[in-house]
Parts: sequence; structure tokens; C-alpha cells
Amino acid sequence: MVDAPTAGSEENAADAFLQGGPSLRNASGPYFGNYGGRWMPESLIAALDEVQDTFEKAKADPEFIAQLKDLNKNYSGRPSLLTEAKRFSEHAGGARIFLKREDLNHTGSHKINNVLGQALLAKRMGKTRVIAETGAGQHGVASATAAALLGLECVVYMGAEDCRRQALNVARMQLLGATVVPVTNGSQTLKDAINDALRDWVSNVEHTHYLLGTAAGAHPFPAMVRYFHEVIGEEARSQILEQTGKLPDAIAACIGGGSNAIGLFHAFLDDASVKIYGFEAGGEGVETGRHAAAISLGRPGVLHGARSYLMQDEDGQTIESHSISAGLDYPSVGPEHSYLADIGRVTYEAVTDTEAMDAFSLLCRTEGIIPAIESSHALAGAIKIGKRLTEGKETPSEVTVIVNLSGRGDKDVETAAAWFNMLDEEGHVKGTTLSTRKPKGPAERVSEAAMDVNEDQN
Amino acid sequence: MTEEFASKSAAAIDRAKSDGRAALVGYLPAGYPTVQESIEAGIALARNGADLIEIGIPYSDPVMDGPVIQAATTEAIANGFRVSNVFDVVAGITAATDAAVLVMTYWNPVMRMGVDEFSRRLAEAGGAGLITPDLVPDEAHEWLEASDKYGLDRVFLVAPSSTPERLDMTVKASRGFVYAVSIMGVTGTRTSVSSSAEDVVARAHAAGAERVCVGLGVSNPDHVREIAAYADGVIVGTALVAALRDGGVDAVGQLTKNLSAGLGRAAAEA
Repeated sequence: MVDAPTAGSEENAADAFLQGGPSLRNASGPYFGNYGGRWMPESLIAALDEVQDTFEKAKADPEFIAQLKDLNKNYSGRPSLLTEAKRFSEHAGGARIFLKREDLNHTGSHKINNVLGQALLAKRMGKTRVIAETGAGQHGVASATAAALLGLECVVYMGAEDCRRQALNVARMQLLGATVVPVTNGSQTLKDAINDALRDWVSNVEHTHYLLGTAAGAHPFPAMVRYFHEVIGEEARSQILEQTGKLPDAIAACIGGGSNAIGLFHAFLDDASVKIYGFEAGGEGVETGRHAAAISLGRPGVLHGARSYLMQDEDGQTIESHSISAGLDYPSVGPEHSYLADIGRVTYEAVTDTEAMDAFSLLCRTEGIIPAIESSHALAGAIKIGKRLTEGKETPSEVTVIVNLSGRGDKDVETAAAWFNMLDEEGHVKGTTLSTRKPKGPAERVSEAAMDVNEDQN
Repeated sequence: MTEEFASKSAAAIDRAKSDGRAALVGYLPAGYPTVQESIEAGIALARNGADLIEIGIPYSDPVMDGPVIQAATTEAIANGFRVSNVFDVVAGITAATDAAVLVMTYWNPVMRMGVDEFSRRLAEAGGAGLITPDLVPDEAHEWLEASDKYGLDRVFLVAPSSTPERLDMTVKASRGFVYAVSIMGVTGTRTSVSSSAEDVVARAHAAGAERVCVGLGVSNPDHVREIAAYADGVIVGTALVAALRDGGVDAVGQLTKNLSAGLGRAAAEA
């Protein structure tokens, strides 16, 4: 491996692709160009081999495929819809925006696709316990769900800062029978949760599977997690053909580790006419240094088992990332994205907190859909590319864009309410009886007394 | 193991062997609590019985370390530790003692500096080589090259979970000694040493390793005595870091003295 990407050979790869070169859909790892690999302690190599072996056999086993298909259909509710966002589209230069509705899956995000697959593999390996990391809590909730469904013990590592930001998801995981461990090391966010999950795994690997939630980490995780999410792009591709009779001009997804994005992208990688965009978290603005835009501003390094773009200082210490979205608050990115960035197949751009929250609000008000803040980064990006692609076009509605709506925003309501200044000093929603009422009569006092009782019980 | 030139680690282990005992390898983080104090602590290790010294580079994401070492390395970074300080620490200890001084590091800081540049500076500082907890030989092409170029030892890890094929490959890629992980887990003191350690050492020896040292969870003279009976060296980390934290350089010297009392093979048989 070399320290810097060999730009020359990758330009050739991009050229080869554009001239009808080899398919980009067969990347099986461990390497994606210069990225990926297994930068892991020897203690875990045998476990990674076991996962890889089990995964390869399962992929070739009709029984496994049928089992997964059945769960996807009858448990998660797949296929997820492809919804045209007509009123939202008016704000994107008139391009037709279609939403891939992963928010409608059971547990409210794309994460369920991967956890069902990996939990089935855990059972095949004879493991009785799964561990997971979580940022926004979506992957933790999905893991707890799959563990409950399949009768596995589940422990979820979650940064203490994220536990605070996503308290409702902590309760959801606990209701589902999982143990949530708040992680107080480092920045107390996703990367530190992964560190603690890896420490747990190395200590308990005999009976524990590490249910990694994104298309990052050591081989086989990037290729395996992608495989379980490929259904997103496959469905979207046939749905858009059915609804519009042609391939989209562009597709877009948000990028933290990049699992929802690679799941959508994969089906379109070989469609040279389809422009592909990944939107990273620009936080308070990439110029402020407080962001999570690993591809846009990082440089290659190794973290959590893979070589990929990484936010790091001159000493190779990981720089803490910042984003309003807990799910995108990760200083690196899946290795296949680094490769797709280098060869120029996918364009990666940063979207700020403000742009994402504006898009969040817009979708709520134009389509009646509350998106996850993660997915709102893709929505903000879609507005930009919609405007760009329709510029100078006489009939902008000929331009079609698919956005992966990777999750629903119920978990983000508190963050959004604070962002939009909807809360009073005590954190209550302004204008509601809870914070503004004044006792007027007996009826109100009764309800107030009832409230107090409830509070005492908490 | 390749031995085209004199390995400093191998020489240190062999000196202990010729005294009829196993070698003691002591770990401390560079820059903890300060760069100067970490040099003094390293010297105290060597003067009280450590044959090899393992200097850790504090890193933001130390996945193989337990809470004690994590806390120490986090403090070192907070106190302004820079990766290039590790060469000062190595040079400072090497100048004052005969111990072989290795650097223990997660891979990204080396990759960031450039593997060749890092290796050149380590050799210049008098370092013996690198112990690499998250670098397996499969990914080590650049390091294999640089370590040959600058005459550095490359200490890879083997674990109870290593397959015979991987053990064989890792032993062949290593130089100086092979680091046998005693237990499936991270650094930290434990009440007893896992019985799997002896098995890993035997397998590494059988695969052709001349020198195998055992680490993880080794914290007191009884552990040292137990491991010295079958391994070529005993590695102690967390207990020394805790001693430095609680009692400063003097406590490191005292603990090292106690630990080295367990080294003799005769003592193990008694």
C-alpha cells in the first residue's frame, strides 16, 4: 500500500469506465483501489475470516436468500415506495424529485436491511450475542429489533453525547430488550462507540458477532453491508423505469459511513448517464473546521480497520467530527466511497447544518413527510443539483432525480424544535398549554395535578 | 524469522537467556505525564531490570487498550504530546541505558508521517523497531521494506485465535521477537494469566519463532514467574502505567524490581 492515492492510475480507471470499461458493480473487497483492507488486530482476523466465509456461503445458498427476502417483504415491508415529491420539486429548479422511501421500513430507516442480513449470519455462525455501535440510534434500534426477532442478546454502544441527543432511541432500544452502554471516551460520538464495540468484540469474539452498521471497517464489512443494502438501488432503478420510462439523470444520498448511499448507488454504477452524488455533513461550514466531510477535506488514513479518507491532523490523530446529525458525525467514510470519489464516478459535496435543516423544513411543509436530519442532507443536495441540472433547460421537468430518504425524522423532533427556536427556556414547546397556560379554573387544575403525578412517577 | 543483521531486541533477549532467565519487557507511553518524565520513567525501567522497553505512541483511537492506558495516553495528548516526540524519548532512554527500545504504535500515525520517514527517524534515534498492534503482515508491505532498509525489528502479534497458517506467516514476517497475546481481549490487569498463553507460545515456537514474549494482563511477580517458565520474555504494561500514575518514577522502579524477581527459570521451578 502507498500513502497517497496514485492519481494517475485512477484517472485511467475513470477513463476506462467512461469508455465502457469493466463493471464497477463487482467490487468484492478487500480492496477498492487503494482503499479498504484489514488494518486490524491479529486477534480479530480469525473472526473476520469466519464472517467472510459464512457470508460467501450464505450468498450462494437459496435458503438464505429466501429467508432474507421473506423478512424484507413480510417484516420490514419492502419494497419501499418511490414517491414523487411534486411540491418539493418546485424548489429544485423544477426537476422531478423522487424519494426512495427507506423511512417507511420497519424501524424507520434503511438500517433494517443490513441488520436482518447480519443477524441471520450471526445465527448461522452459532453466535448468541450481537453488539453494535450507533450514532443517531437508528442502527442501534434496528440491531435491537433484529436481535429480539431472532432471539439474540444485544448490547449497543452509543456515545454519551449521542445518548443525550437521541434519548428516545435509547428508550426504544431498552424497550426492545437491548442493553445500551453510553461511551464516555474521546468525543463521545460514533467513532468512540465503534472503538468500544471493537474492544468488546476482541474480548467476547467466541460467542459474539459485531453487527457493524455501516459500509466501513475491515473486510468483509464494506462489501457485506453494501450487499444487504443493494436492494435499495435495485428497487429504485426498476421503480423509476416504471414511473418515468427512463433512468434518472441523477441520484443522491447522504454520507456518514455511507451505507444507505452505497446501497442506492450500486445499481446505477454502470449506468454512465446517471450522475451520482454523495452529500457529506458540512456541519457549521467546512471553512470552520467543525464538520464531518471526510472525503471533501480528509486525506487517506486507517481507522477502524479500513484505509479510507479520514479527518486527521498532522500527527495522524483523528480529528473530531461535527454535525447536527448524529448519524453523519463520523470522521471517516466507507472505503468504496473513497475509491468512487478518486475515479470520479461519484461526486461528493458537503452540505451544512443550516442547508440540511432548511431542506428538512421544506420537505415537512411541502410533502407532509418529516425526514431524518441525515436524509435532509441529501434533500438539500438534491435542491442544488436539481437547480444545476435544469439551468437553461426549457422543460426542466424532463430532469429526474432520485433522493434516498434513508430515514424518518421522528427521532429528530427535539433537535429540530430547538433548531427552529420552537422551545422556551425550559425546553418546552412554545405556545402549548404545557409552558404557557395559566390556571383559570378547576378543570385545568385537575389536569395539572394529573401531570404532577405522572412526573413523580418518572 | 529473518535475521540479516543484528537485531537489538533479539540481542537483549539472548543476553537474558545467557543469564538463565526470561527477558522483561516494560511498556510505558511516550509523553506521559510529560515527555521528560516519560524518559526518566523509561530509564528507571531499564535500571531496575527491564531488558527491553516498549514506548507507546499516544493515539486518539487505541482499540487494543483498556481504560488505564487509554486514560494515560489521552492525558499525554492533552499535555501536548506530538508524534515526533517519541524519537526524543527513544533517544533519551537509549543514551542512558543498554536496554533495547522499541516503539509500540497504532498504524495511522506512522502512515501519516510516511513509513520510510518514520523508520529513518526511529533508527536515527537508536530505536530497535516497532510493535504494531493493528498492523498484520498482510498489510505491511511498506513496513517490511522500510524495516529492512533501516535495520529495524518488526514485532507482529499472534493470538490464541490465530490459525496455524496465520501463525506461520506472522512468525516468518517478524524479526526480533513475536508478541504472543495471552488472552482474547485488550490491555489491562487481570487476576490470572490465561492458560491459552502457553499454547500460543508453544505453537509460535513450533512455527519457528526463536523468541516469543507474552503480553496482556501480566501485572505481578507471580504472573511473571508463571510465564517465564515457558516464554522467552514477559511483557508488562498496564501495571507499570498505573504505578507511574500513582507513584511517579520511583514507583515504576520499585515495581520493575519486584517483577524482575520472578524472571529466573530456577524460581519458576521452585
